[in-house]
Amino acid sequence: MRRGQIILFNCLAMIAAGLFLWLAKDTFDGYKIQILNLIAINIILALSLNLIYGFTGLFSLGHAGFMAIGAYVCSILIMTPDQKDMLFILEPAYDWVQNAQAPFLAAVIAGGLAAALAGIIVGYPLLRLGDDYLGIATLGFAEIVRVLANNFPRLTNGALGFKGIPDYANLWWNFGWCLVTLYVIVRLLQSNTGNVLKAIRDDEAAARAMGVNVFRYKLLSFTVGAFFAGVGGALLASLLTTIDPKMFLFTLTFNILMIVVAGGLGSLSGTVMAGIGITVLLEWLRVVENPVDLFGFELPGVPGMRMVVFSLALIIIILFRREGLMGMRELSWQSVARVFSRGKA
Amino acid sequence: MNSAMFIQHMLNSLTLGSLYALVAIGYTMVYGILRLINFAHSEMFMLGAYFVFWGITLGQLPWPVAMALAIAVTASLGVLVDQVAYRPLRDAPRISALISSIGVSFFLQNVAIVFFQAIPREVYRPQWLEDPIITHGVRILPLTLFVPFLSLLFMLVLLWIVYRTKAGLGMRAISKDIETSYLMGVPVNRIIALTFGIGTALAAASGIMWALRYPQLQPMMGTIPGFKAFIAAVFGGIGSIPGAVIGGLALGFIEIMTVAFFPDLAGYRDAFAFVLLIMVLMFKPTGLMGERLEDKV
Repeated sequence: MRRGQIILFNCLAMIAAGLFLWLAKDTFDGYKIQILNLIAINIILALSLNLIYGFTGLFSLGHAGFMAIGAYVCSILIMTPDQKDMLFILEPAYDWVQNAQAPFLAAVIAGGLAAALAGIIVGYPLLRLGDDYLGIATLGFAEIVRVLANNFPRLTNGALGFKGIPDYANLWWNFGWCLVTLYVIVRLLQSNTGNVLKAIRDDEAAARAMGVNVFRYKLLSFTVGAFFAGVGGALLASLLTTIDPKMFLFTLTFNILMIVVAGGLGSLSGTVMAGIGITVLLEWLRVVENPVDLFGFELPGVPGMRMVVFSLALIIIILFRREGLMGMRELSWQSVARVFSRGKA
Repeated sequence: MNSAMFIQHMLNSLTLGSLYALVAIGYTMVYGILRLINFAHSEMFMLGAYFVFWGITLGQLPWPVAMALAIAVTASLGVLVDQVAYRPLRDAPRISALISSIGVSFFLQNVAIVFFQAIPREVYRPQWLEDPIITHGVRILPLTLFVPFLSLLFMLVLLWIVYRTKAGLGMRAISKDIETSYLMGVPVNRIIALTFGIGTALAAASGIMWALRYPQLQPMMGTIPGFKAFIAAVFGGIGSIPGAVIGGLALGFIEIMTVAFFPDLAGYRDAFAFVLLIMVLMFKPTGLMGERLEDKV
C-alpha cells in the first residue's frame, strides 16, 4: 500500500472520528460524554505507559506520581487568583502560586513539562536499576509525590486538595491531546530511535554491545512517557474538577497497567482498543455495585465488587493470554486491506 | 528528652522493627527463590489479622487458639495463591508473575472490602497486655515486650528450619540455582510451596501483632506496612534472612526515632522508607548483606 493511500485513510478515519464526536456532543447524555472523555484520557495514559514499559522494557509503576504532578501544576495555572483565595483555607498559598495563571493549552503543556522534568530527575538515578527494582523504586517515587502533596498546604492545599477546577477539558481537548499523543509516539517508534528502544527491550546487553548508549535512550523514553502522563493527569484534573492526594493512589497506576497488559505490551492499536474496552467495562461494572432486581428478588449492591471482578480479569489475562489482545502486532491499514483482498480471492 | 522517654522510644522501635522484620522475611524468602516481588504478601498480613478477629467474634474461640488457627489458615492461603497465580508462570518472563501478584493483591484487598466491609474494626486485646508496668519512672506496656519476644521466637524457629533441616537445605539450594536443584532431586515444587507457607505464616503473625499494637482493622491496612517491609528487605539485602531482620529493625528505629527527635517531620513518616529505598538502590543496590546478582547474558 502506498504512502499516499495510508495518509488518505488516516485522514478519513480522523474525519469519521471527528464527525462521531460532533454528533456525540449533541445527542449523548452527560454520563456517556463523561465516559468518552475518560476513554480519551485513559488512552493517553496507557499509550505513555506502553511506550515506557511495552516498547522500552522499563517496568515503571510511577504513573500516578507523574499524573499528580501534571494535575496539580495545570490546576494551579487555570484557577483564577480569586478562586485560589477562597480555596486555600488551611494556609494561604505562596504568592507565586496565588498569582500564577495561564490559558488551558499552556497549563496542560506546563503540567506535562513539569512531569517530564520529574521524569528526568527520578529517571537519572533510577533507570540504572533492573526491571522489578525499577518498578518498586518508581512506585516509591509516586508515594513520595503523594506524601509531599499532603504536606505542602501552601502549594497543594494539603489533604483537602482542589475543588472547582475550571472544566475546560471537553471532548475536543481530550481527543485532540489523544491524537497528539498517538502521533508523537507513533512517529517516535517508527524512527530509528524507536528501533533502538525496541532493541533495548529485547536484549539490553546486545544493544549495549552494538554501541548504543542504553541509558540515554531509556531516559528519553521515560521522559516522553512522563510528559504524556502529566498531560493525562492535567486533563483528568480539569475533567473531574476536583483533585486531592488520595486520588493518586497506586490503584490509578494499576488501572492503566491493566489497559496496557490487556491491549498487548508493545502494541499501540491494542492499547487504544483496550483503553476503550476497559474504560467502558469499568463503568459497566458499576452495575454490580448497585442493587440489582432479579426476578423480583432484590440483590443488594456490593461496593468493591467492581475491583474484585477487575483484578480477577487481570490475573486471568496474565495466566491465560499473557500477550494480551494484540501481542506485539499492530492493526494497520495494510492488515485491514489484506483481510478484504483475501475475501475477494 | 529524658532517659525514660528514650527507653520507651527504644521499645517502640523494637516492636515496630520486629513487625517489619517478620514481614520482610517472607518477601526475602520468596524473592530469594523465585526472584519475585510478591505483592500479595501485604494482603496476607491483613488477612491474618482479620481471621483472628472473626475467630474471636464469630467462632467464640479463645484468643491463643484463634491466633494459631488464623496463622494456619493464612499460610494455606499463601500456598494456594502460589499454586494458582504464580506456578503457571514459572517459565514466563519474570514481570508476568509480578503483574499477577499485583492482581492477586488487589483481588484480595477488594474481596476483603466486599466481605469484611471497609469500616475500621476494633480489635480484642487481652487485658494483661495493656496494664502498664511502671519501674523507675519508665512506663512499659507489656505489649512492647511481648511482640519482640514472640517475633524472636518465630525467627529462631525459622532459622532452625532454614539452616538445620533438609527442607531448609532444599530452600537454600533452590535459591542458588533452581535448575540444578531440580536435577539433583530436590522436590522443587514442594519446597517452593513450603516457602510460601512459612513466609505467609510469618506475615500473618506480624499482622496479628500489628493489630494488637495499633488496634484497628481495615482492608487496606497491609499496604503501607507491606511496602515498608519490602523496603526493609531490600535495605538488608534481598534474599538474605538475617538481612531482612536487620533491615526491618533498622527501619523501625529510623521511623520512630526521626519522629521522636524531629516531631515536625511526622507528616512525612510514610515517605522515609521510600527515600531510604531510593538511596539504597542508588548507592548499594545489593543492600547490606545481599549477594550480587549478575545479569545473565
